[in-house]
Amino acid sequence: MTILSILAAILILLGLFFFFAGTVGILRLPDFYTRLHAAGKCDSLAAMLMICGIAIYNLQPFSFAALLISLKLFLVAAFVFIANPTATHAITEAALVLGVKPWKRTEKKRP
Amino acid sequence: MHSFFLATGIALVVLMILSLLRALIGPTILDRILGGNVIGTKTTVLLLLIGLLYDDLGMFVDISIAYALLNFIATLGATKFFLRRLDVFMEKQEQEESS
Repeated sequence: MTILSILAAILILLGLFFFFAGTVGILRLPDFYTRLHAAGKCDSLAAMLMICGIAIYNLQPFSFAALLISLKLFLVAAFVFIANPTATHAITEAALVLGVKPWKRTEKKRP
Repeated sequence: MHSFFLATGIALVVLMILSLLRALIGPTILDRILGGNVIGTKTTVLLLLIGLLYDDLGMFVDISIAYALLNFIATLGATKFFLRRLDVFMEKQEQEESS
């Protein structure tokens, strides 16, 4: 176990934790906007942590080809970090235009 | 490290099944789009893990890039479609409120 392996394992476990928290939020939260809030964490932060962990692990027997693949992986992470919040924003705008009602504390029924 | 990546992949698949549950029971159409988007993001990561397990990451990175692009465009397309078909969405919501 080298230092890079331990760093990669820590990043992947952190990403897995955020994926787990986001999925629990998607299943348990009461209305659409709060579920969107949980899914935003899951989409941007967790995916970026896991892809960065895989890229760091891939650098281990160091060679030029491995460096190129890791560079490509960091580009995927940057793209995911830009594109997924954009998609979340588009869904939020659609929900606002379509008139999905926010959850109020006084309502008894949980949809 | 091999079994660690295998365990991470299995955990991701379990989380994808839980997200699929939200896509199945979601009250509105937008909930289903949201569930599909989250499943697509998890698939992007899972493809990279499969690449590590097969020792062929260079090929699976390209598949992962293509899947991330496809997921983004699909979400934007579905959202725009339901923005234009406003009447379909409103009818469905009224049915759910009356039932």
